[in-house]
Amino acid sequence: MRHALAALWVICLREALRFLGQRARMLAALVRPLVWLFVFAAGFRAALGLSITPPYQTYISYETYIVPGLCGMILLFNGMQSSLSLVMDREMGTMRLLLTAPLPRWWLLSCKLIAGALISVLQAYAFLAICALYGITFAPLGYVTILPALFLTALMVGALGIALSSTIKQLENFAGVMNFVIFPMFFLSTALYPLWKMAEASALLEWICRLNPFSYGVESIRFALYLTPNPLAWGVCVGASIAFMALALWGYDPAKRMIGRKF
Amino acid sequence: MTGLNVENITHDWGAKRALDGVSFSVAPGQFCALLGPNGAGKSTLFGLLTRLFTPRTGRIEMAGHDVSRDPLRALSKTGVVFQQPTLDLDLSVWRNMLYFAGLHGITGRVARSAASEALNRLGMEERARERVRDLNGGHRRRLEIARALMHRPEVLLLDEPTVGLDAQTRSDLVAHVHGLARDTGLAVLWATHLTDEIWSGDQLVVLHQGRVLEQGEVPVTGVALTEHFLRLTESEGA
Repeated sequence: MRHALAALWVICLREALRFLGQRARMLAALVRPLVWLFVFAAGFRAALGLSITPPYQTYISYETYIVPGLCGMILLFNGMQSSLSLVMDREMGTMRLLLTAPLPRWWLLSCKLIAGALISVLQAYAFLAICALYGITFAPLGYVTILPALFLTALMVGALGIALSSTIKQLENFAGVMNFVIFPMFFLSTALYPLWKMAEASALLEWICRLNPFSYGVESIRFALYLTPNPLAWGVCVGASIAFMALALWGYDPAKRMIGRKF
Repeated sequence: MTGLNVENITHDWGAKRALDGVSFSVAPGQFCALLGPNGAGKSTLFGLLTRLFTPRTGRIEMAGHDVSRDPLRALSKTGVVFQQPTLDLDLSVWRNMLYFAGLHGITGRVARSAASEALNRLGMEERARERVRDLNGGHRRRLEIARALMHRPEVLLLDEPTVGLDAQTRSDLVAHVHGLARDTGLAVLWATHLTDEIWSGDQLVVLHQGRVLEQGEVPVTGVALTEHFLRLTESEGA
């Protein structure tokens, strides 16, 4: 147990040191959602009317609506970026060091996942702090209850990223997968528009949003921010995290020949 | 016998047979040179020895532990220096050492003292605060060896560790690892395609096209060994 925790600690520390050393990544992680908030949301405020739907009990501005979605965006991008670092680690050789440590592979990959998720959550809080300075605030307790929702969503997208990274041979291929995963996941979710708005546009789009696990991540964050339980969103996030992690473990199984070639 | 035991390992990459019935052993205190040309299957063998992937048939025993059945114990007794560097270039020498220590469950004061001792043994202590990116190739390799020895393994595996190093650094490293085997009882498997890294009294395993062509004590050294090796591989390739 002590050994497993020591490994978790050094993996988290390494991830944090790497993140702090990459100022551009830090900046990009914050600028991206802020651009959406200040430019996109400001422009759409007039065009989009929002009705009162749970967890909201009163009319809210569009900027307020998209904050949970933008938190989700931070988690999604960072989750994928952590996985990108796995592909890079494999190309740079450092992955071998990790996988030859005398610990179960599932735990080593879980450590990577947890480390990436913690970094994501910190970024989401930094974004919420800037939102507060901009005037978009929530109930103080909401900032506490959002923590498990942020962490769970970060785990879910991070596990998906690790699963994807196991199928990718080169860094270049990963960029393509990111375009086919991040953007559809983000746009076809409840991050930017509520489901009823999607339904107005197209029933098919609404169903895709309903089937997208990222929607449930965003909704778990949204509901947690307003201190409202959402068992369905939590259930889907837990289920999807387990399924993605199982895929990742299968992808990194040493008995699988495909993965062997990449090392 | 403890040390390293490889029994009848066969491994395929798709239709291509990478290793075919490979068997050999390295006793504690022995320096065993795994000699083979590029593409002989050395790196595949290292992948199997370190359980990056598992063989379809055969058995690998590391310090008395079966790598397939008891991988964690086997890996905890193994130090590895891969052909491709596995250092985090953006972290300091010291941080790289502590990262490895943590992965092996060594923490706190024990980790710091093990890191310091290992760096000192390889003459790297004064570079502890430097970023790995700023080190030259020779120092990076020494750091990797220091790191691989930090958890006091019983078996040390090195896959062409001198690639890209100048003659003096190469010679120093070869001498150092020979000394480690002799003085500490470490079982060393040193993969190479350079015959001048092999000394008289070493064990030799010649690997060619995935098969062991010859094994035993080095029959000759220097140029004579090169000629011997070429004759072996040419006659097999013909």
